Amino acid sequence: MYPPAFEYWSPRSLDEALGKLQELGYDGRVLAGGQSLIPMMKLRLAAPANLVDINNLTDLAYVRADNGHLAIGALARHADIVDNAEVKAISPTMASAAPWVADPLVRNRGTVAGSIAHCDPEGDWNSVMLAVGASVVASSSSGQRVIPISEFVVDFFTNSLTEGEMVTEVRIPRAAGSAGGAYLKLERKIGDYATAAVATFLDLANDGTITSAGIALTAVASKNLKVTEAEQLLIGQTPSKELFGEAAAIAASACDPESDVRGPAEYKRAVINAYTKRGLDQALAQAQGGS
Amino acid sequence: MTTTHEPITTFEVGGVGHSILRKEDDRFVQGAGNYVDDIVLKDMLHMAILRSPLAHARILGIDASEAEAMEGVVAVVTGAMLEGYNLAWMPTLSGDTQAVLATDKVRYQGQEVAAVIATDPYIAKDALAAIFVDYEELEAITTPQQSLATETLIRDEKEGQTDNVAYTWEAGDAASTDAAFAAAHRVVSLDSHYPRSHPAPLETCGCVSDVNPITGQVTIYLTSQAPHAHRTLFALVAGLPEEKIRIISPDIGGGFGNKVPIYPGYVVATAASLVIGKPVKWVESRSENIISTGFGRDYHMNGSLALDENNHITAMRANILSDQGAFFADAQPSKFKAGLFHICTGSYDFGAAHVTAKGAFTNKAPGGVAYRCSFRVTEASYLIERLADKAAHEIGMDPTEFRALNFIKKEQFPYLSPTGFVYDSGDYHGAMDLAKEMIGYDGWREKQKNQDPDGKLIGIGVASFTEVVGAGPSKDYDIVGLKMFDSAELRIHPTGKAILKLGVKSQGQGHETTFAQIVAEELGIAANDIKVIEGDTDNTPYGLGTYASRSTPVGGAATAMVARKLREKARKLAAHLLEASEDDLEWEVGKFSVKGSPESFVTIQDIAFAAYTNHPEGMEAGLEGVHYYDPPNMTYPFGTYIVVVEVDQADGTWQVVDMVAVDDCGVRINPMIVEGQITGGLTEGFAKANMQWITFDEGGNCIGSNFMDYLVPTAWETPKFKLGETVTPSPHHPIGAKGVGESATVGSPAAYVNAVVDALWSRGVTNIDMPVLPHRVWGALNGVDVKP
Amino acid sequence: MKVTVTINGTPQSADVEPRKLLVDFIRTELGMTGTHIGCDTTSCGACTVLLDGTPIKSCTMFAASADGHEIQTVEGLKNGELHPLQVSFKQNHGLQCGFCTPGMMLVGKALLEKNTSPTDDEVRWAISGNLCRCTGYTNIVKSIQAAGAAIEGN
Repeated sequence: MYPPAFEYWSPRSLDEALGKLQELGYDGRVLAGGQSLIPMMKLRLAAPANLVDINNLTDLAYVRADNGHLAIGALARHADIVDNAEVKAISPTMASAAPWVADPLVRNRGTVAGSIAHCDPEGDWNSVMLAVGASVVASSSSGQRVIPISEFVVDFFTNSLTEGEMVTEVRIPRAAGSAGGAYLKLERKIGDYATAAVATFLDLANDGTITSAGIALTAVASKNLKVTEAEQLLIGQTPSKELFGEAAAIAASACDPESDVRGPAEYKRAVINAYTKRGLDQALAQAQGGS
Repeated sequence: MTTTHEPITTFEVGGVGHSILRKEDDRFVQGAGNYVDDIVLKDMLHMAILRSPLAHARILGIDASEAEAMEGVVAVVTGAMLEGYNLAWMPTLSGDTQAVLATDKVRYQGQEVAAVIATDPYIAKDALAAIFVDYEELEAITTPQQSLATETLIRDEKEGQTDNVAYTWEAGDAASTDAAFAAAHRVVSLDSHYPRSHPAPLETCGCVSDVNPITGQVTIYLTSQAPHAHRTLFALVAGLPEEKIRIISPDIGGGFGNKVPIYPGYVVATAASLVIGKPVKWVESRSENIISTGFGRDYHMNGSLALDENNHITAMRANILSDQGAFFADAQPSKFKAGLFHICTGSYDFGAAHVTAKGAFTNKAPGGVAYRCSFRVTEASYLIERLADKAAHEIGMDPTEFRALNFIKKEQFPYLSPTGFVYDSGDYHGAMDLAKEMIGYDGWREKQKNQDPDGKLIGIGVASFTEVVGAGPSKDYDIVGLKMFDSAELRIHPTGKAILKLGVKSQGQGHETTFAQIVAEELGIAANDIKVIEGDTDNTPYGLGTYASRSTPVGGAATAMVARKLREKARKLAAHLLEASEDDLEWEVGKFSVKGSPESFVTIQDIAFAAYTNHPEGMEAGLEGVHYYDPPNMTYPFGTYIVVVEVDQADGTWQVVDMVAVDDCGVRINPMIVEGQITGGLTEGFAKANMQWITFDEGGNCIGSNFMDYLVPTAWETPKFKLGETVTPSPHHPIGAKGVGESATVGSPAAYVNAVVDALWSRGVTNIDMPVLPHRVWGALNGVDVKP
Repeated sequence: MKVTVTINGTPQSADVEPRKLLVDFIRTELGMTGTHIGCDTTSCGACTVLLDGTPIKSCTMFAASADGHEIQTVEGLKNGELHPLQVSFKQNHGLQCGFCTPGMMLVGKALLEKNTSPTDDEVRWAISGNLCRCTGYTNIVKSIQAAGAAIEGN
């Protein structure tokens, strides 16, 4: 109900924040939206000794089209992605997922970057990032590096940041050809975590063949799962019902869902299969529609 | 069917039948409600409870020394300390005893083990982590079946208890039922578990206990649906003098039966306040609320219908195994161990029924009767309406035709049921016909016939419930010995306004408005000029409170009766003022006039003034009275709900695409408020049918003890409802009203489930228990046995 | 540490621990009990307040993070006279026990500021972070829409 006590820091600049994180090492955690961290602290599942509140770093609250990619700053809230025309133009998968993250109130406060760094396998954003081949900018007081998302998402609540690093930006590449994407989430009600979800992405060449494909899964493995085998199957091919069916079957067998109150593993695999097919169909329709 | 009630008062007076705006809303929309957690008293301390992480374990020792030493901690209370005051155990509402703080064993996960009193609620919670309890784990008994089979005794402290059976009970007649089944042309059976659910009102339970060390006065601000009964129980439990106890139930943020029991937290807070001499506040968290307070349902039911060759029901059998949790603590009339489950014969006309029930202890929180159930009528209605639908499907008959064939006809009322209920009035065909018309039933059946078998499957579910409320006549009904009358006290002021004090207690049902409307109807004083008070035991007449939809049938009747008493005195005063004889006067709402001379009249306001300034010799001054109403019978609201769903075959999800609810609760005092009650209930029914339940793993860990796991639908999942009404007044109620608060939670779950099963019947699916989760639908469609 | 917020237009300060949740700060330190607590898992929205005009769950934010910001609670809706939402909730039976009502009205306010004529589905979507156990939502939706119409009419 009430979190345990902690030391609180409220830096006024990014440099100050990074300096404090360097100083605190693993004793310090970043507080951005807090919509994942604070509930855990209230249940006493997390008890960081220090919180570095970055909400004053308003310069980091951006969503903008940079050269060749969509740049999302560390303080961009989930709500900033919803109904955002730039996001829709650059990443339909991301646009499709945004309304389904948590609930509208949580979306007003929680951040995209924070959710990505959290690496909850039931979190939605990392599936989108893995499907579209995003990357993460990690900053520390000694500099900056760009980490591809597949390297960043290490395991269950584990990312590849080192001591003193924080995510300052997320980059989503702009599709080369005609692109489409979807995020299909089965949840028992708004605000619940996904029972299972699939992020899809397709990029088509002029002749209609698939040049790039992304399929990533939520809540069916110890981390958000990129189904590389299924993606490879699609590349260079002409889309067809049979092709998508094969890809979906691969996705269903590649994941490793738990049997729990949301259903047995068998069921979740069946949902992954159905949703992968539907997601690829939707991505295709969008890519072909040229929207 | 009868028409809507025509109001006899103007909208300005606001009597029965008018949808006047609620008088209580002004404070709520301005954030000025006064809920228990809003109460702040000088020097008030805060209490937090340490709860057992284990479902079943012996307590070997408790070390609270570290907690006691923490700054801000005033005291730590354990069961051992309470034993010294004879408070470690307390009686339940069902004649059992329940632990206040565990002494020998813990018997469910979440059970109260110790309490910290501190200067600040954050400190109190911190201190819980500094109390060390040494547990010796025992076998966790998580189902009633396991409970009956195992050697392990849960209630080993209870003298004479040699097994895990809490009670057995029976209703109806075995011999005639057995004979009917033996002669049956067809028998339809259903095994169904109505899962554990929880009212989870948005405001959790809590209290501020203020024992004044100088006067000995005990004031408890309490989330209570029954403040008078609670006061009497506190006096009996704690040995405190009853006249020194004042319970004030202020604004309550939803009750639904959750705020009827007395919880250990109330007792410990009061004991702590007594010992420490300062007020103590205890407000539980949501997780505590769901894991430990009074749940609803958890009935394992086996039901059968015997049918003759013309598809008439001739008899019904029902066997129940009830999961009572660790203590038998149901809040229900003491004579009925399975509540009013024996209303399970429902809306149908047949002569024989036999119900047997057995309650088993398990390592879970105690309770069972709660969550808008009308004392187990939810379970009963679910069973019969699922059976009726199953019967129709097995025969190959339309479910509405099967019902029409078997309904009690309107000429048959009052109707004596095979289990002894006397149904007051009803027109079941009328309600069902209206519902069918409103939803376009034939059109939906046609659409279903022509649907694409690979697309979404259409299902149409019907439920025609009859429920029984208004507890209850004193010859049959009492709770821990207190008869279930209710009361109303009315005083009309010199300027013609009034104050009404009630023994019932609203938790959102709008009593400040609806009960004023009853007085407005009887006396012609504007409802907006009548102040209504509830909840303060020092300032209201004795009543049994609000639950099981009893306020309107019993409290509303008391209100009408006291208003009529005052009208009789008013007649005498009018006669005095008009210098006429009482027999020469006639009453029209708001005034008495001389028969034949309408220009000779006095208004109720004139009369009120005269009661204080010009009363006749020999008559008492004033215009005030009280009435304690003992209902002659229960009331029987009814209705038909029809739900249309579409089922997605790939992921098992289902959506409600159309829904009609026709309710008949007799005369509606405030139609707007009645519709609000029904809409709320239909939503709770949907919640239970679709997503909401509490379950346990094999270790006795509660799954569903917070709002992440115990799913409450948002506005997005909640269907849209079309409401209809028929009006069949209750012949024995002073204003013909039956009560409606629980009709929709009673009647709707079966409608939703019947719809989904109807969609899947052609695929060989005959039953899916609630909640009808997507994976259960998928499992049924694909022949995969899914657990849970 | 000292936390200063502008609450319903008035600056207020109090000294609190960093871990003090914003909802407790509002209810206890600032003495405004119109904002309610209904759960402990950020699931119910009874604690909704407007932070710089945006609805958030005040149980999942530290008071410290609100330092220097503007907060509006239900107590701040009335401006001399009742806000159209307060009027419409009463006129349309948008509340029963009243516990979820402050949160619902504040979300409604933020929604109506962007769109005074939301559809049924748009309102349901907007309030999908706020739970109600009494009403079944129908009249809450109606109340918000009616308030929008009233605002538009002016």
